[in-house]
Amino acid sequence: MSRKTPSRLEEILSAGHLAVTSECGPPRGSDAEVITKKAEMIKDYVDAINVTDNQTSVTRLCSLAACIRLKLMGLEPILQMVTRDRNRIALQSDILGAASFDIYNILCLSGDHQQFGDNPQGQNVFDLDSMQLIQTVRYMRDEGKFLGGDDIQHPPRMFVGAAANPFADPFEIRVRRLAKKVAAGAEFIQTQCIYNLDKFELWMKQVRDRGLHEKVYILAGLTPFKSAGMAKYMKNRVPGMDVPDEVVERMSGVPKEKQPEEGINICVESIQRLKEVEGVRGFHIMAIEWEEKVPEIVERSGLYPRPEAE
Amino acid sequence: MIVAERKPIEEIMGFIRDCKRVLLVGCNECVTVCYAGGKKEVEILASALTMAFMKEGRELEVKEVTLERQCDHEYLEEIRKIIDEYDAVISLACGVGVQFLAEKYFRTPVFPGVNTLFMGVTEERGVWAERCQGCGQCILSQTAGICPVSRCAKRLLNGPCGGSTRGKCEINPELDCAWQLIIDRLKELGRLDDYETLIPIKDWSTERAGGPRKLVREDLQ
Repeated sequence: MSRKTPSRLEEILSAGHLAVTSECGPPRGSDAEVITKKAEMIKDYVDAINVTDNQTSVTRLCSLAACIRLKLMGLEPILQMVTRDRNRIALQSDILGAASFDIYNILCLSGDHQQFGDNPQGQNVFDLDSMQLIQTVRYMRDEGKFLGGDDIQHPPRMFVGAAANPFADPFEIRVRRLAKKVAAGAEFIQTQCIYNLDKFELWMKQVRDRGLHEKVYILAGLTPFKSAGMAKYMKNRVPGMDVPDEVVERMSGVPKEKQPEEGINICVESIQRLKEVEGVRGFHIMAIEWEEKVPEIVERSGLYPRPEAE
Repeated sequence: MIVAERKPIEEIMGFIRDCKRVLLVGCNECVTVCYAGGKKEVEILASALTMAFMKEGRELEVKEVTLERQCDHEYLEEIRKIIDEYDAVISLACGVGVQFLAEKYFRTPVFPGVNTLFMGVTEERGVWAERCQGCGQCILSQTAGICPVSRCAKRLLNGPCGGSTRGKCEINPELDCAWQLIIDRLKELGRLDDYETLIPIKDWSTERAGGPRKLVREDLQ
């Protein structure tokens, strides 16, 4: 997999290092400091920072503006872009806007249904789906053209990513679905939070059987539990999440004040185990509203210091 | 068929508050099949309105008519002779019928008696479900005969999304995940490999996005 963009994330992955990414959720207001403070906490411990795009369909400061904030701090943002809220005109336009600020990474998603958010009565767009957005960015970058066929002056140079959920139903098409995203042009993958390591390893085996690990960089997704309550909530209430009973029991088995520490322990142990899985090329640590713990997780997992930029 | 449901009586009362004579027009097609606007529902609405007016100490004269269809000129002509005798018409047809009636009888207020919902099927007695959104460019040949445009909450042409859980959609545990249905049927047909064919970006100009649609068949004109 040779390097095609100025992306620092791509540079690290193509050099064969295990990459570390994390995410910052923009605020529900216009205070830029919320995002810059979160970024300050994690910046020395990660290679790139995802900025979520109105996650769970709750209206927030826009992903693109937050990415620009990170870029102005000299950091490496990954622009998350969902197809729920914008048609192909707006998507292409935002891609160019991001490229004009030298944002070199994009994660293409469909987005949660608006029913989960603060505007359940709103329209959704879904002019494209996530695979078609991947194709769109690749077409803009590689062919230097708009979807309408016109030439783009100064095309965007973006490393194109997608999400994969190894645990969603139906399991039998999970690898086929990854293959489809790779065929669409995905160059890196960030997975759903992994708690069921056995199932993840089974998925990775099927990924390797098809040689997909040679075609796409897979970053394993992890979210530390803050409490046993959070583990139960993720298990029972979050669609597409697979939290085995023994993990919930382990969290419940320690006193409340020790649970955050136990959550971090589980996360670190998971990373250590997953480092050994062939085809896992890095980690995506989603410490939801718990960004201050990212440095500890990265250090304890033996992923610190991060490689220097060339 | 086009599936509709009756509007609440209070809402209909609001439309005709100042009327003394009202013509209720049912439709013998889709809305009859889904028990929303056929002869029977016209009867029920007529007595409900009469009683509601009586309760307020007022009188309402209601005439009931049910036409074969309200989406064709010839059937709508049947009320031409009587329509001027009424202060207003309540049409229990789908939105198509209500509008066509209103177009034809420009001087008479025409109000809807039903909410028009979707194009769908009778899944079982008393249960109707959507199957088509009239996108104008059918892709059922690529999706094992199951339409993701009308049946996936996100209209994903390359689904399922990560929210598909035990065959159900993340927005409603009662709702089948369209992509689970597609995969199950592809498997049954021995065509699961087809799942990996990317469905290209859709031309939505044949759908609502392209503006109000019209079909002209010169061979029939």
